[in-house]
This record gives sequence, structure tokens and C-alpha cells, in this order.
Amino acid sequence: MELRRDVFQAIADPTRRAIITLVALHAMTPGALAEKFDSSRQTISRHIQILTECELLEQEQNGREIYYHLNPIKIKELADFVEPFRKLWDDRFNKLEAIMKQHKPKK
Amino acid sequence: MELRTKVHAEDGKQELKITREFDLPLELLFKAYIEPEIVEQWMGTKVLKLESKKHGSYQFETTDPKGNKHGFNGTIHEFVSNQKITRTFEMENANFGVQLEFLEFEELTEETSKLSMHVVYRSVEIRDQILQLPFVQGINMAHNRLQEILKSKPQRH
Repeated sequence: MELRRDVFQAIADPTRRAIITLVALHAMTPGALAEKFDSSRQTISRHIQILTECELLEQEQNGREIYYHLNPIKIKELADFVEPFRKLWDDRFNKLEAIMKQHKPKK
Repeated sequence: MELRTKVHAEDGKQELKITREFDLPLELLFKAYIEPEIVEQWMGTKVLKLESKKHGSYQFETTDPKGNKHGFNGTIHEFVSNQKITRTFEMENANFGVQLEFLEFEELTEETSKLSMHVVYRSVEIRDQILQLPFVQGINMAHNRLQEILKSKPQRH
């Protein structure tokens, strides 16, 4: 449960999704990734850290460089995840609840 | 923050269950499903037709940010006020076909209620595709964002 929430939070951020999409094409070094964004290197590196912590990204040492690539098992798991679907319904139901709490019956 | 909506989708089955408890009296929850103006608000759709009765039917239409219209429709098979609605649901211009929905409304206390949706799809594959739609849309949004980022980034080489 804890893990699911973390993974979902990880992909809830547009920059992190953009990182996932980039790394999905080929393994990249943190430097090469940072160059693709306007954000600071530190910001990107923090995003990479979050993605690595929830195992969406994996590190691979290649000589002196560290490359990041997608963890396909995790992505498959994520695609199987019902979370975005659940979130969609949860948002909808929250809206319903908020509207009905304001609702004054017509007499 | 814990989501209050539960989705139960067993592997290899062509159905799923959605449950949610509301801080609303049962009558108000049920009303949100039958009053067209209210449905429009929380579903974010236009209600072209909504006949809340046995053998009735409904037709919704949403407009996406690009201005394309998407239709949804279905037929109501069972309608018991404050208890249940059994209906079909179909996305027009999609390949998913029709799905069967059993909606059950329950009173928990005077101020709280529960909705249980049992949805049956034509096949396991279709169910899985529909389950993954919001995920895929999320990734597509990432693609669009990526395009914007790459476009706005001056080339260094």
C-alpha cells in the first residue's frame, strides 16, 4: 500500500514523467538528463532520486559514468496499477460530495 | 492522503468493483445520479438525455480541450430509488463496446452512505485497457510536456 502510493506520487509530477519518457528511449547519465530541462541540476537530481527510490529507475555503472534506465518490471507493475483509474474516480466522487454538501433542496 | 475510493480488479477477470463511502445522506447521493444538472457538474459532461426509470436511456457528451466531442450512452435496465440502478454504458467512437454496470446505494448512518459499482466488460483485455486508460493518458501528457520542454530549450550544439 505504502509503495503504491509512492509510485503514484512519483509519476504525478510532470517533470518526473518527462524523465521517465526520456529514459524509456535509452539509458542516460544525470548530466545528459539535466541538459534536457530548464530546471537546475539539483532539481533534476532530486527528481531522479525520487524515481530511483521507488524503483522506477535503476542505476548502472558504466566505466566512470552512472547511467539511469527504466525498470521494466516496475513499469509493467505501474501500468497494471489501478491507481490513476482509482484517482480519476476518487476525484469525481469528491466533486459529487462537495456539490451535494452545498445542495439545497428545491421546495 | 488516503483515497476514499476503492477499486478491486482481480487479475484475469472481466469485471471490477468500485466502492466509495460518502459523507452524504443516501437521498443526496442518489440524487446526484438522477438530476441532470447535478450529473453535469460532477461528471464534467453535458447531459443530452437522462431518463431515470426502467427501460429509460441516457446520453452524455463531453468536449475535450481541442473542441472534439465525445459521446457516451446507455440504457437503464433496473431502477429502484435510493437502492439501485442497473445500466449499460458505452463510449461512442471507441472500440471497447458496451459494459454492464450494477450500481448499489446503501445507507450507512443518517449522514453517510455507500456506493458500490460492479462493472462487467466484454473481455478481460477490454477491462485491462480501460483500467490503463488514465495511466496511458498520464504518459501522453508527459509526452506533450516533453515536447514543450524540448521546443522551449535552446539547442546548445
